[in-house]
Amino acid sequence: MSLDVAGLRRSFPIFSRIPPPFHYLDNAATGQICAAAAEALTGFEMAGRANVKRGVYRLADRATQAFAEARGRIARYLGANRPEEVILTTGTTFGLNLAAHVLEERLGPGDTILISRLEHHSNIVPWQMLARRRGARLRALGVTADGRLDLADLDNGIDRSTRIVALTHCSNVTGAVTDLAPVAERARAVGALLVVDGAQRVPHGPLEVSGLGCDIYALSGHKMFGATGAGALWVRWELLETLPPFLGGGEMIRRVRIEDTRYAPPPHRFEAGTPPIGPAIAMGAAAEWLSGLDWQAIAAHEKSLTSRLLTGLETLPGVRICGPRDLQARFGVVAFEVEGVHAHDVCQMLDAFGVCTRGGHHCAQPLMEVFGTVATVRASLAPYNDAADVDALLEGLEQVIRTLR
Amino acid sequence: MNRDLYNQRIIEAARRAREQQPLDAPDIRVTRDNPLCGDRITLDLQLEDGRIAAIGHRTRGCLLTEAAAAILAERGRDATLQTLRRVRDDLARLLAGEMVEPVWPELAVFRPVAEVKSRHECVLLPFDAALDALSRAARETS
Repeated sequence: MSLDVAGLRRSFPIFSRIPPPFHYLDNAATGQICAAAAEALTGFEMAGRANVKRGVYRLADRATQAFAEARGRIARYLGANRPEEVILTTGTTFGLNLAAHVLEERLGPGDTILISRLEHHSNIVPWQMLARRRGARLRALGVTADGRLDLADLDNGIDRSTRIVALTHCSNVTGAVTDLAPVAERARAVGALLVVDGAQRVPHGPLEVSGLGCDIYALSGHKMFGATGAGALWVRWELLETLPPFLGGGEMIRRVRIEDTRYAPPPHRFEAGTPPIGPAIAMGAAAEWLSGLDWQAIAAHEKSLTSRLLTGLETLPGVRICGPRDLQARFGVVAFEVEGVHAHDVCQMLDAFGVCTRGGHHCAQPLMEVFGTVATVRASLAPYNDAADVDALLEGLEQVIRTLR
Repeated sequence: MNRDLYNQRIIEAARRAREQQPLDAPDIRVTRDNPLCGDRITLDLQLEDGRIAAIGHRTRGCLLTEAAAAILAERGRDATLQTLRRVRDDLARLLAGEMVEPVWPELAVFRPVAEVKSRHECVLLPFDAALDALSRAARETS
C-alpha cells in the first residue's frame, strides 16, 4: 500500500504553521518535530515538570516514570536487549565523546583506533583526542569514488593493534549505508570494539542493534523527529557493566564519602547531573510514534523520491553528484556541486523558492577532500517529503544555474 | 531578499576577484578560513611606511567572499591599519543593519546581506585577513 504522505505531514506541526512554499530538505541536519514528541515535550514542561530519579512526591515520581518509559521506548525502537543498555545523552556528539572517554583505559601506546574518511567530525575529533591522550595511532579507512566506505581496505585497516573501530552507519553526506557485518567480524577477530555513529540511520526506521555486531551505537533525538537536546548511547550490556564513569556528579553514584565514591550501576553511572528530561521524554515519544509507522511503505516512498532526485540532478547542466548514483544500500541523502557556483550561493538562492537545503562541508572535511572540493549542496529526505519538494528543488536549481553559472 | 543579495554588482565584483592574482613577492601573506564552509582566502600585502602598496589574493569562496575580496583588492591600496579598522567597522555596522554610509562607498552593495546573519562572515573574511596581516606587520616592525 502506498504511503499517505499528506496524512503523515499532518503529524508534523510545522507544515501547518509555515506558509508555502516550504520545501524542507535539510533532514540530515535536523528532522522536524512530530506532534507526538512536541506534545510530550510541552506536556512535561507545562504540566509534569519535576526532577527525576530522586523526588518522592507524585509529580516527581511521574516525571521519573516518564523518563524511564522514554528509555524503554528508545530501547524498543533500537532493538536493544534491555532498556538499561541505553544511556540517555544530549545527542550523538556527546555519546561519541562519552564513548571515547570510557574506553580510554582500554587503549595504550602503539594501539590503533580505526575510523574512516566517511565520518562526520563528531566521529573523528573525539578519537583524535583520545589517541593523543594515550599515545595511540589513528588510521582511516578509505572511501570509494562514489562515496561509500571502501571495504576492500578493511584487511589493511584492521590488525592486531586495532582496539577500537568507529564508523558511521550511514553517511551524512552521501547517504551510503555501511555494511557493518564484515567490519564487525574483522573487529571481533582481533578483539577490537566496534563503535557506530547511527545519527543518520535512526530516522529511517527501527533497527536490531543487538544483531548488528557492534558494541556501541550513538544517536540523536532531533534527527528522528524528537526535540533538540536529547540523544542516546546504546552499549552492549556485557561491555557497559565493565566501563568506568565519564562525568562525575549527582545521580551517578551509589554512595559518596570524602575519601571515595561507589558508582551507580549502568545506565545511571553515565548520567551525571540533571538530564535533558523534557527532550528525552520527547525522544521516547518520537520513537514510539515511529515504531507504529509502515516502514515498508516509507522505504518504497523514500526510494522513489531519491530516484526522482538523482535522475533530476543528472539532467541538469554542470551538476556533479558526490555520492552513489544508484539506490542500493543508501538513504535519501544526496550531496552535489554546481560547477562554477559555490554551495552557499546555491542554497541561498534556493531559499527564495522556499527550498531548504544545506551547503558547506557538512562537518565532513576529510570526505570533501576525497571529492576534491570544500563544500557541496546537500538535499536530504524524510518520510514527509513528497514529489513537489523534489521538483521545487530541481526547478530552483535550473534558475540558479541560469543566473549564477 | 535573495535576489537583492545576488545583484549584478556583487556578481560582477566576484567575477573580477577571479581575475585577481596573488603577489609574486609579498611582504606578508596570511591565510584565513571560514569555518562555516571551509572557504579560504590567502591574502598578500606589500607595505611601504605602514601603508598597503600592493594587494594580491587567492580566494576560494562564495560570491560574497569573492566580491568582498575584489573590493578590498581594488580599494585597499594606500590603506593603513587604522583606515582598514574603520572600513571593517563600517562594514560590520552595515551588516548589523545600521544606516551607516561606509567609508568605502562600494561596500554598500553588501547592505542586503544584513538580513542573513549566517553570511556575514563571508563578507568579513577578506577584511579580517587584511587586519590580521597589517596587525602582524605592525607587531613585527615595532
